[in-house]
Amino acid sequence: MSTPDHVLVAGASAAGLATVEALRRKGYEGRVTVLGAEPHLPYDRPPLSKQILSGSWEPERAQLRPPAALSALNAEFVLGDPATGLDVSSRTVRTASGRVLSADALVVATGLRPRTLPDQAGLAGVHVLRTLDDALALRADLLSCTRLVVVGDGVLGAEIAATARGMGVNVTLAGPQPAPLACQLGQPAAGLLADLHTEHGVELRLGAAVSGLTERHGHVTGVRLETGDVLPADVVVVAFGAAPATDWLAGSGLDLDNGLVCDSRCRAAEGVYAVGDVARWHHETLGRSLRLENRTNATEQAIAVAGNILGDDRPYTPIPYFWTDQFDAKIHVHGMPSPDAEVSIAEGSVAERRFVAVYRHNGRATGVLGWNMPKQARQHRQELTATSLLAGSA
Amino acid sequence: MKVTIDQDKCCGAGTCVLVAPDVFDQRDDDGIVILLNERPPAELHPVVREAADVCPGAAIFVSEDA
Repeated sequence: MSTPDHVLVAGASAAGLATVEALRRKGYEGRVTVLGAEPHLPYDRPPLSKQILSGSWEPERAQLRPPAALSALNAEFVLGDPATGLDVSSRTVRTASGRVLSADALVVATGLRPRTLPDQAGLAGVHVLRTLDDALALRADLLSCTRLVVVGDGVLGAEIAATARGMGVNVTLAGPQPAPLACQLGQPAAGLLADLHTEHGVELRLGAAVSGLTERHGHVTGVRLETGDVLPADVVVVAFGAAPATDWLAGSGLDLDNGLVCDSRCRAAEGVYAVGDVARWHHETLGRSLRLENRTNATEQAIAVAGNILGDDRPYTPIPYFWTDQFDAKIHVHGMPSPDAEVSIAEGSVAERRFVAVYRHNGRATGVLGWNMPKQARQHRQELTATSLLAGSA
Repeated sequence: MKVTIDQDKCCGAGTCVLVAPDVFDQRDDDGIVILLNERPPAELHPVVREAADVCPGAAIFVSEDA
């Protein structure tokens, strides 16, 4: 494909912005339009469940770039206007306000929408956390909260529980796993996380799925578990996963299957690409499709897509990485750890809560986890290759 | 080119060190970024710009005209 005259990026968060930055860095001088559903300039999401929720940062501090850096990109930002439909053959996007935007190349970067409980709509005291406005609304409720129940024992739920506890809130963390992140990290990390939360006063109610909410006069009063038990709450956060925001692509003819399905170049159709949380692409080395919900993928995939828009024709084959901060633990995870791997401690000690764990399948490294050892974990990452990850993926 | 860092925003990923090891390092104890050279030579400018753009904490700033 020849270099496009106009690139339209649907999505103004980390992945969308990174696509524009990479295009400019690679010398693209054509027209760029960025369409954002939210009214805010591009901001970063990882701080929402930590510094923004706790109040240690003002909201402006989460902005990804200062205004001058955004201006230097020479891109048109159309904000507060969600995409509502797409004509693939002409790459024409329709928006909620009635705009019609056409481009030679379209990058879909619309991210995720949080999953919700069936009975939570319109109920006061019930929150999700995806956007800056979500975080500020939750914070406002936490400041006068008697008991918060966090529904969801993954990264986001555990981070919210830790931050809220740090604000002095009484917190119950509920979810189906035996320990927070158990299905992702296995032992010893998940057990240590459970200890950490318990020591800081978070009440763990794990091992039972949540079935719904209880309410009185339109305000939430508790969370009902599948066992029939009710956990009392005046504030609830539902953080048990999210779905790719692809509803606006329904009927477009694009292949939607838990994400926008792309080839190894992150291309969904001629001139249509996807980046970030919304993209399900074919990881050539692993030989299967993958969709990653993490911050670094947003940027790295954006760089790959910017290159492919400009004619690189290269597959995107990353080694996944995410981090999470909970209480005093900084946990860095490279590769694809899983609970069924053999885990050995490569550096430090679990007892001292400062270690690097290497996950292996059949002797081949599939994951590296650093607990308060970010630099050392990054150094052990060298053991991971896209090929070694295959051992855990079979 | 002048490079500045915001250690409070750094998450310790070390992405900058993977991209531009002559300009960035991490503290041994907590992984926070260390700036080795705030005025890197011209041949390193492309990797420094890339490091700033890929930083998952948006903690690296590059001023081109300083």
